[in-house]
Amino acid sequence: MKILTLNFLCCARKTCKSSPASFPLHPKEASLEQIETDINALFIKNILPRLDWEAMKTLTIELGLPALPTEPPSPEALEDPDSGEPSQTLKDLHQLLMETSIESGALRCGNCDHEYAVKEGIANFLLPSHMV
Amino acid sequence: MLPTPSTSHASFENIYEPAEDSYLLLDTLSSDAESLFLTKRFGSDEPLPVILEVGVGSGVVLAFVATNAQVIFGRSDVAALGVDINPFAAKAAAQTIDVALRDLEVKPITLGTVMSDLTSSLRSGQIDVLIFNPPYVPTEPLPATSAISDETMSNSHEVFERDSKLLELSYAGGVDGMETTNRLLEQLPDVLSERGVAYVLLCAQNKPEVVKTSIRQWPGSWKAETVGSSGKTAGWEKLCVVRIWRDVVP
Ligand SMILES: C[S@@+](CC[C@H](N)C(=O)[O-])C[C@H]1O[C@@H](n2cnc3c(N)ncnc32)[C@H](O)[C@@H]1O
Ligand SMILES: [Zn+2]
Repeated sequence: MKILTLNFLCCARKTCKSSPASFPLHPKEASLEQIETDINALFIKNILPRLDWEAMKTLTIELGLPALPTEPPSPEALEDPDSGEPSQTLKDLHQLLMETSIESGALRCGNCDHEYAVKEGIANFLLPSHMV
Repeated sequence: MLPTPSTSHASFENIYEPAEDSYLLLDTLSSDAESLFLTKRFGSDEPLPVILEVGVGSGVVLAFVATNAQVIFGRSDVAALGVDINPFAAKAAAQTIDVALRDLEVKPITLGTVMSDLTSSLRSGQIDVLIFNPPYVPTEPLPATSAISDETMSNSHEVFERDSKLLELSYAGGVDGMETTNRLLEQLPDVLSERGVAYVLLCAQNKPEVVKTSIRQWPGSWKAETVGSSGKTAGWEKLCVVRIWRDVVP
């Protein structure tokens, strides 16, 4: 699963939904995979407003990836003003959001501590019946 | 006609094989009327839409929507996520989407698939377009949902039992065929964004008119209309797709 996917997921337990600590889930013993893809500046620019920036910053720190800027970058900061080439910020974001994925490991809820397994890139949010 | 994504790698011993209901969703979502509606609501001047298919199965519907985003939404930058309770489906659907997008020059953003009971693992208010072709066949009341493992089994009888259970999950809808759909409908006001739209497939035994009337009574002026149907016999539509949404306040 892409790191970007974590922007949309939280703990599956009903009792955790209203707790801010149920998002983002915290990767544990994550083995990461990088798959190179072409940069699409428009996509990155358009996905930015959909991101919870604080959560993304937390995730990059927890995964030991290059740190994100304190504030979300402005659209202008995504390209070099002279050449129009992708800026370093754009490259970093592309790598983080589009190219990096969690192959295996677990995702821990910060509220209830429950861990969801990730295997072959697929996270399993199904709960044992006593936890639903 | 837009091409149907290939699902030839999927094993239909334990994954729902694309059928009339799947194709009705494809036709409805790519119809002129729905493309127009969706392009108006989510076109390139609007924030990037996030699409979720619940019960993604083989992935045929989500792969179709992702590959044809330009036609359906008037933009190729959409993000697509699939969930299913069936581990084999989650795996196969991810592959179906990758294969369908392989030769596309401008690819939409794939968020992959996760195993989840309906939308329980999704954050509130993030989904702009939700698609659900539910298990809708009336059956005995459903047991509580429980995880079915995809661990390798050596005993062929066990494999057969597990696969039958998985296939049952893909069609068995409990009382009126509505048990799972009703649970999903209850989640819509939370999981959808303010501009969010859901497309839910129903069969005649699900009593679509009753379902739509009850949605229209939810607090917050919800709308529900049939936007696609198939299998007309003696004035009865066998299958229909209901669009559920609220008007966006400009
Ligand atoms: C009728 S099939 C549709 C498959 C595919 N979307 C299609 O149109 O061909 C219903 C799907 O819903 C899944 N499903 C059933 N109950 C579910 C639940 N509680 N949560 C998530 N998925 C579920 C089944 O595993 C199956 O893949
Ligand atoms: Zn939790």
